[in-house]
Amino acid sequence: MSDISYRDISLNGLWKNNPAIVQLLGLCPLLAVTGSVINAIGMGLATTLVLTVSNSCVAMIRNFTTDAIRLPSFVMIIAAAVTCIELLMQAFAYELFTILGIFLPLITTNCVILGRADAFASKNSLLPSMWDGFIMGVGFTGVLILLGAIREVVGTGAIFANMDLLFGAGAANWKITLFADYKNVLVAILPPGAFIFTGLIIAMKNMIDGQIKKREAAKKADEPTVSRRVRVTGNIS
Amino acid sequence: MALLKISSPHAHGPMSTAKVMRLVILATLPGILALTWFFGFGTLSNILWASISALAFEALALKFRSRPIGFYLNDCSALVTAVLLGIALPPASPIWLILVGTGFAILICKQLYGGMGYNPFNPAMAAYVMLLISFPVEMTTWLQPFDGGVMGNSALLGPIEALQHSLGLGSVDAVTAATPLDILKQNSSATLAELWQQTPQFGQYAGIGWEWANAGFLLGGAYLLYRRVFTWHAPLSMLIALSVMAALFYDGGSSNSGGSPLFHLFSGATMLGAFFIVTDPVTSAVSNRGRVVYGALIGILVYLIRSWGNYPDAIAFSVMLMNFAAPLIDHYTQPRTYGHKKSAKESN
Repeated sequence: MSDISYRDISLNGLWKNNPAIVQLLGLCPLLAVTGSVINAIGMGLATTLVLTVSNSCVAMIRNFTTDAIRLPSFVMIIAAAVTCIELLMQAFAYELFTILGIFLPLITTNCVILGRADAFASKNSLLPSMWDGFIMGVGFTGVLILLGAIREVVGTGAIFANMDLLFGAGAANWKITLFADYKNVLVAILPPGAFIFTGLIIAMKNMIDGQIKKREAAKKADEPTVSRRVRVTGNIS
Repeated sequence: MALLKISSPHAHGPMSTAKVMRLVILATLPGILALTWFFGFGTLSNILWASISALAFEALALKFRSRPIGFYLNDCSALVTAVLLGIALPPASPIWLILVGTGFAILICKQLYGGMGYNPFNPAMAAYVMLLISFPVEMTTWLQPFDGGVMGNSALLGPIEALQHSLGLGSVDAVTAATPLDILKQNSSATLAELWQQTPQFGQYAGIGWEWANAGFLLGGAYLLYRRVFTWHAPLSMLIALSVMAALFYDGGSSNSGGSPLFHLFSGATMLGAFFIVTDPVTSAVSNRGRVVYGALIGILVYLIRSWGNYPDAIAFSVMLMNFAAPLIDHYTQPRTYGHKKSAKESN
């Protein structure tokens, strides 16, 4: 599998095999902490970092682990990476750390990370694995942010609230109120909203895929078809 | 001489979907009348906005799904959803609340799942739950009922006032009050007898207006039973289960009492739920035995949530929870096929 190209890895992680809306892995953080954009960014960054680090480490030791201890050692690596991220967040973004709460240590059990370690990193060399981890993380983060933005707008009528939790005090006034005097639609912020909007995002992705396929089919149909029959009668124009 | 050869079966079902739906709407009339008499014209303005918007959303969704619009609008199922939601919402609800509700019911709960007959949840109840957890303030301010009737009573909303109120126009202030179920839930010190004496809204036994509205829905339900629109299994077992639960925790009317069985049967949305929601053919269990289980579990859940839950009324929550469970109930209550013996597992 060494002939896999970086372009394919990127396309897989961002769209074709997106961990959040195609593989439907890591639903727990996807549904639990995407109530606002800032939570989504924090969770996405943490997951991306863990994915990159764990994929790199797994790729480096892939030739020295036997099948019997493969999964336990992967989980150990992931848990170590998560602990590092957790401590970093505690040091530099403490408020966000308290908001994300239990879901930060729970990244350890996120299926995306173990899935990529086992499916990709344990079979590929260091650099492609690192890139795969990073791109998968970016794809996951993208969906988290999209979902967080939709839920925040529908739920509170504003977007980018509390951005200072991650980006410093200067970001405190990034909040954009889209609708003044908005009745908060609590259902969007509560767990049911996460399910509903995730479903709608998946539906949207499938719709776009369908249109791409249709366009490709149309392109193929437009191409001049060469007659395979030998003409035996009539005039050749 | 009959040239047209018709093969058996020769009996044909007189009931079409549209006819059943029209009967259901007809049967809600006594209840709606009672609600209007005691609470003013707010219920009718609810139903008006809900019906218009539900039909519009249904047509929109059908157009997007390229289905025949006229055919599906004529089956009146969207109208039934709208009427039930309009009855369930507090009278003279603001129009945006109704639009959000019918939009959620029709677009998300019904058409996204494949339209009429494919929805796993009752659309009206799902929309009600969505509105209740999203807008708790708007959804729990009920108008105060009055005994004298709607005609010439300035405290109740007239037809024009109700429309103005729902549109947020004018300066019409409706008198609001907590529902009897709410008051009973908040009560921790007074015995039931004292409570009835202190609060005039409690009326005879289940609250002014509420007892008549529930009686109206009971009448409508009885008519539907007579017309064989549904069987007695689900509604009866729900009402019995609710009464048994209420009797168990009645406690002789002390301050800890959960209220008498009669109170629970005729307050809140009990009768509307029993005859118009629980009997929904799409989302309930299908066999008769299954319907008994389905109804009884709803009755028990209604009492549990009313007494120990966070919300004063519980029909919508209980129905939605049991909609989840309906396929499981169906699995365990499958009737034996005629002519087949009991399976080896059962006869052992």
